[in-house]
Amino acid sequence: MKNIKMLTANDAVAYAVKLAKVQVVAAYPITPQTACVERISEFIEKGELKAEFICVESEHSALSALIGASSCGVRTFTATSSQGLALMHEMLHWAAGTRLPIVMYVVNRALSAPWSIWCDHQDSLSQRDTGWLQFYAENNQELFDTVLMSYKICEDEEILLPAMICADAFILSHATAPVNIPSQKDIDEFLPPYDLKLALDDIENPVTYVPTCAPTRENSDWYMEYKYLQQEAMLKAAKKIKEVCREFNEKFGRFHGDLLEKYRCDDAEVVILSMGSFAAQAKDVVDDMRREGFKVGAVKIRTFRPFPVDDLRQLAKNVKAMAIVDRGFSFGHCGQLFMEVKSALYNLPDRPLVKGYIMGLGGRDIRYSDQRYVIEQTFKDLEKGFVEREIEWVNLRL
Amino acid sequence: MKSLREIPKSPIAKPDIASVGITGNWRIFRPVIHKENCKKCLLCWLYCPDGVIRVDEEGYPEINYQFCKGCGICANECPAKAIEMMEESVYEEH
Amino acid sequence: MGEFEIIRGEKMDILGLPEEEYLHPGFGSCPGCGSFLALRHTLKALGKKAILVIPAGCTAATTGLFPKTPFKVPVFETAFETTASLASGVIAALKMKGKEDIVVVGWAGDGGTYDIGIQALSGAAERGENLLYICYDNEAYMNTGIQRSGGTPFGARTTTTPIIGKQQHKKDMPLIMAAHKIPYVATACASYPQDLFKKVRKAREIRGTRYIHILCPCPPGWRFDINKTVEIGKLAVKTGIWALYEMENGKFKLTGASRGLIDPSKRTPVKEYTKLQGRFSHLTEKQIEILQKWIDDQWKTYQQYIK
Repeated sequence: MKNIKMLTANDAVAYAVKLAKVQVVAAYPITPQTACVERISEFIEKGELKAEFICVESEHSALSALIGASSCGVRTFTATSSQGLALMHEMLHWAAGTRLPIVMYVVNRALSAPWSIWCDHQDSLSQRDTGWLQFYAENNQELFDTVLMSYKICEDEEILLPAMICADAFILSHATAPVNIPSQKDIDEFLPPYDLKLALDDIENPVTYVPTCAPTRENSDWYMEYKYLQQEAMLKAAKKIKEVCREFNEKFGRFHGDLLEKYRCDDAEVVILSMGSFAAQAKDVVDDMRREGFKVGAVKIRTFRPFPVDDLRQLAKNVKAMAIVDRGFSFGHCGQLFMEVKSALYNLPDRPLVKGYIMGLGGRDIRYSDQRYVIEQTFKDLEKGFVEREIEWVNLRL
Repeated sequence: MKSLREIPKSPIAKPDIASVGITGNWRIFRPVIHKENCKKCLLCWLYCPDGVIRVDEEGYPEINYQFCKGCGICANECPAKAIEMMEESVYEEH
Repeated sequence: MGEFEIIRGEKMDILGLPEEEYLHPGFGSCPGCGSFLALRHTLKALGKKAILVIPAGCTAATTGLFPKTPFKVPVFETAFETTASLASGVIAALKMKGKEDIVVVGWAGDGGTYDIGIQALSGAAERGENLLYICYDNEAYMNTGIQRSGGTPFGARTTTTPIIGKQQHKKDMPLIMAAHKIPYVATACASYPQDLFKKVRKAREIRGTRYIHILCPCPPGWRFDINKTVEIGKLAVKTGIWALYEMENGKFKLTGASRGLIDPSKRTPVKEYTKLQGRFSHLTEKQIEILQKWIDDQWKTYQQYIK
């Protein structure tokens, strides 16, 4: 029996958290995620979700509290955005290094300065080195489904890494869309409870969490190996994500792509790469341009971490040029997605032309015409046989 | 430990002696208890920061020299002046 | 002796304290360390069912290297400012798992309490977290090499106040915590282990946020001989520069060697204390007077509380 509710992304995530039977939530208000944790507090106070909600005094404390809770083997959740995520930076490394499967909803909002509450990806992309899985959702349904899938992925014994589920500020967080909510029974079958070995609260087997690894002593010099194992877990996560997405599709009949989603790419000469909500619009542009005879496809990058290196290399075999749209920028070089795609493809003997387009910073609208412009430019570059300007800022008012 | 794969994923440490090393090697002076003067008040046991003094079957304090750092608080606090801080090299001669 | 609860099966036959040690020997604290003397007795008072949250500082830095730890109870070594916030998460998890008989203890230095950790601590106290927070105060950032903190007393030389000495007075952390109206606030000193033990045992059994502040003399930081730790601590209490007291639900009571020191003539002049420590050796008469006046003013405050 279908249960479809009209929900904003914030509410959709709150419902997913409720159905995932999260046990400890620690959160601090920040626009535009606040409504999500407000809804969760409502569920808890009404008795619909049996959990502890810690109203912490900062985002840094929110993540610290979850690290403490997760090490005792309980399922945890928090939500933040922009400045709050930046404030948590230190503890992001800590959570990943301690190998705790914490799930965090990040509403992608621009970082100050100047002050902005509107959408771009700089906040989560700035944290790409921290060791967290990063999922970018295209719509509210995908967001809901991804929250449920991420607990299953992260809590796997071989993985044990934290995950960020990212959604565009206001475009998804505050916009209402239909979301199909499965039954608690079905979700319980899909998502088993979290089972941690050697938890902090095991009094009979006391351990000290997070000791020092000194390179000066042979039997202590294991820091580098711990980091290697973190990367190994990331690579295992790439496989696990594909498995879990397949499983989810079998059970619930929905597939949003696994590490990436390819749309009409099989015979495409040019593809446009997008991340987040504007990936949906890209498909509309592709459909219209296909009708005009252009051999174009759209790729939605669904996981920024683990980065879909193999999938992109596979795609590059048939595609002649890629237009990569970034909603963030790494000052001093180029857009983050562009940087990573280029590096993933560099060693291929036969590689497509790639160009980076910067759009939508600080919440500037990414228009249909902007995405169309980007694809047309790429076809022009393909004709010329080279990329004249590697990076182009689109719809700039200067 | 030959490989990290032998232990849990999270970085943890397990309880054991000598977590930093054989701290007895730090000593320059060694506390020596002269039992003939000792009143078994056990203030030395109370004030040892490293907890390396235990009480033997007769009720006398016994120092674990493997880990005693030789700070001398026990000697300083002993009301009976029954603990002598002897230089290690001098002690070895005896 | 009947003043505190005896945990079943404990051998309590040494000066009223349990014999069992909760730290394996061979950890890396300085010889004569006041904070480890305090830690040793605190652990005895907490017993086996305790989880400690310890931030960066002397304790975390010296309790061994991977793969060993000296602690016989579970410990989470956490980032500097997160003692009370990480502990809040542990408390929530234990509540969800029905394991509230395990006491969650924050064990942080003065740096991690007065300065970088005060936000999380104040937040936890305001929320009334079921947390026993203990500050081991050696009056500077000792682990990183003796830099001044909010807990450093007036005049003390540290590496960041190397010549003139600290120009501000010690922040009154216990009274700040009392202002949060929490059920239990106490001060203690490493040199009086039995008084400390009683307070930790009492605090262990109280629900809500409990705060214990322990003065821990530090030989390299305060610059005195390593065998004088207990002596210096006792002198701190005798001069009144450190008072031993308890506030149960706001009701103030002096304890141990601090009783009877309301009368200023009973307090040893502070210059007897400062002359024994290298960190105060440069103090002028005028500066000692300032310090003495601060002490006298503190005791006037305590007198107000007692009335």
